[in-house]
Amino acid sequence: MAILIDQDSRIVVQGLGRSGLFHAQRCREYGSSIVAGVTPGKGGTYSDGIPVFDTVAEAVKHGAANVSMIFVPPPAAADAILEAASAGIELAVCITEGIPVRDMVQVKQALQGSAMRLIGPNCPGVITPGQCKVGIMPGDIHRPGSVGVVSRSGTLTYEAVQQLSDAGLGQSTCVGIGGDAIIGSGFIDMLELFNDDPATESVFLIGEIGGSAEEEAAAWIQRHMRKPVAAFIAGVTAPPGKRMGHAGAIVSGGKGRAVDKIATLQGCGIQVATSPARMAEALLETLNRR
Amino acid sequence: MNLHEYQAKELFRLYGVPVPRGNVAASAGEAQRLAEDLGGTSVLKAQVYAGGRGKAGGVRLVKTSAEAAEVAMSLLGSTLITPQTGPGGLPVACLLVEEAVAIEGEFYLSITLDRVASRYCLMASAAGGVDIEETARCAPEKIHRQLIDPCLGLRSFQARHLALALGLRGSVCEAAVELMLNLYRLFLDKDCSQVEINPLVTTADGQLLAMDAKINLDDNALFRHPQEQELLDHSQLDPLEVQAGRFDIAYIKMSGRIGCLVNGAGLAMATLDVLQECGGRPANFLDVGGGASREKVAEAFRIILQDREVKGVFVNIFGGIMRCDIVAQGIIDAAVPVSCRLPIVVRMAGAQVDVGKALLASSGLNVTCVDGLGDGATRIVELLA
Repeated sequence: MAILIDQDSRIVVQGLGRSGLFHAQRCREYGSSIVAGVTPGKGGTYSDGIPVFDTVAEAVKHGAANVSMIFVPPPAAADAILEAASAGIELAVCITEGIPVRDMVQVKQALQGSAMRLIGPNCPGVITPGQCKVGIMPGDIHRPGSVGVVSRSGTLTYEAVQQLSDAGLGQSTCVGIGGDAIIGSGFIDMLELFNDDPATESVFLIGEIGGSAEEEAAAWIQRHMRKPVAAFIAGVTAPPGKRMGHAGAIVSGGKGRAVDKIATLQGCGIQVATSPARMAEALLETLNRR
Repeated sequence: MNLHEYQAKELFRLYGVPVPRGNVAASAGEAQRLAEDLGGTSVLKAQVYAGGRGKAGGVRLVKTSAEAAEVAMSLLGSTLITPQTGPGGLPVACLLVEEAVAIEGEFYLSITLDRVASRYCLMASAAGGVDIEETARCAPEKIHRQLIDPCLGLRSFQARHLALALGLRGSVCEAAVELMLNLYRLFLDKDCSQVEINPLVTTADGQLLAMDAKINLDDNALFRHPQEQELLDHSQLDPLEVQAGRFDIAYIKMSGRIGCLVNGAGLAMATLDVLQECGGRPANFLDVGGGASREKVAEAFRIILQDREVKGVFVNIFGGIMRCDIVAQGIIDAAVPVSCRLPIVVRMAGAQVDVGKALLASSGLNVTCVDGLGDGATRIVELLA
């Protein structure tokens, strides 16, 4: 068991261009079933053995795909997400960075009531170590285990995973939910899944400045979470009013500060790593306290 | 991306959001002529990418066109320092010359993204002209909000609710409704991330006017707006930030001595955090991108070296799929030709890490390679102590 993806996931890659194909190949090497690609205009061809279709619906029909990994460039990315939903895809993981906010406002509205779950955009993807990788993260730093990881970041998640693996803490599933202001699934969505997943025994949460998702997650954890959680929040040194790389990482009007997020998490009884160099340590301490 | 007030007001005019009569001037002569057209008495407003201009002396009331020329002379070419510009201030290259208005009531109006609702939100307050963040903190009940359904758009009744909440009645209320609908149309058409009117005023003769205008455009949507891209005023930005932007590198100048080169925004933020925890002060935030190329790493390193305050560099690359020998080569490409003697601490993780380390070791650069994030931070701080 794991959340979102496992060895049975059948993946279609939307946007099988240079970068899409490169990462599809890495996922396939990891053991993921890449059953189809979608690039409008290229239907009927093959890319390194992957059959390419013009639409997601065809890919679903011919390859029985249930998961989509999206690399479509920003101008057409919102359309790609909506197409995946309309084709009956269960889980779309959108890697694309730089989708206009107005497009995501519409997508978010359109997905209300849809059966499809969206992870991202602007995220590294999802990995269930030893089973399936749908994303751009390096597979080799992960170890199968029982820690669920959920994060707004990419490379900072790799850092956390490396520390966890080095400390002997394998992972059930790692989810990068994305660094944009509007994302398909939030911390709480993932915490709910981890809470109900028998393979997950604890959770490490990685947040950052901007918005209030960490504060809402903290309140949810205090009320509903049955498993130990530790966290790290990036950006205590971030100057206000500056966008720190991620579109959603900005302290504005005194809101979204790291110190406030940390205080809220701690106030809800959640251990927060004081340094990004000690993320695994924070989780170990939490586990030892139980 | 920011727009200047005068650019924002031109868009306002185009979309039927009423603004005071006025125009932009880049010389004292122009300012004088514009003031003369307005009847002498007018307001001169320094155009910079920052608020708080009034208290800083960047907004001046003049009585005659001769006085306008005099004030313009002193403002143009000067550097304006406000609480929002930072200590260095921003250069004043042009002025907005506007009619002086007899103000009766002052309000606040804006459209921004509500991240929790994933919808745009129209906000209004009768406490206009003051710091809205202060109002949000002390008296949140004075801020009225309407969330906008993306399928339906902003509806007249929603705008009317807000106008009435501001205490506007009769024809002024209906004018406010029209203004809000037009503002939303502009917001969507131009892919804004924020529009703000502070203050929106009612005049003695019963008109509504946007006295100030702030527009931020969604950087992600600029590809749809080539015309607006042209409006960017590079003089208002840090030159290194501009240079970085050309290479799609996220760079923010800070005040310390340790230059930072990191891949990924979250890790870049965390790197600044760990440096500070070790007692070091970062000179910048720099995200070279999740999977950067040799050329980008080299360009990023060059940008860091251009900052005179930098006395050492901390490179933190969690490669994964990105190869470490490529990263090392990028650093060498940038540092060796300029005979860089600064201490450089490199933390790399990922494929070909030993090849990368060997390349750096034989480069003649003053490089220390470390394996962990914490070790790296401690090391660079020690080296600069």
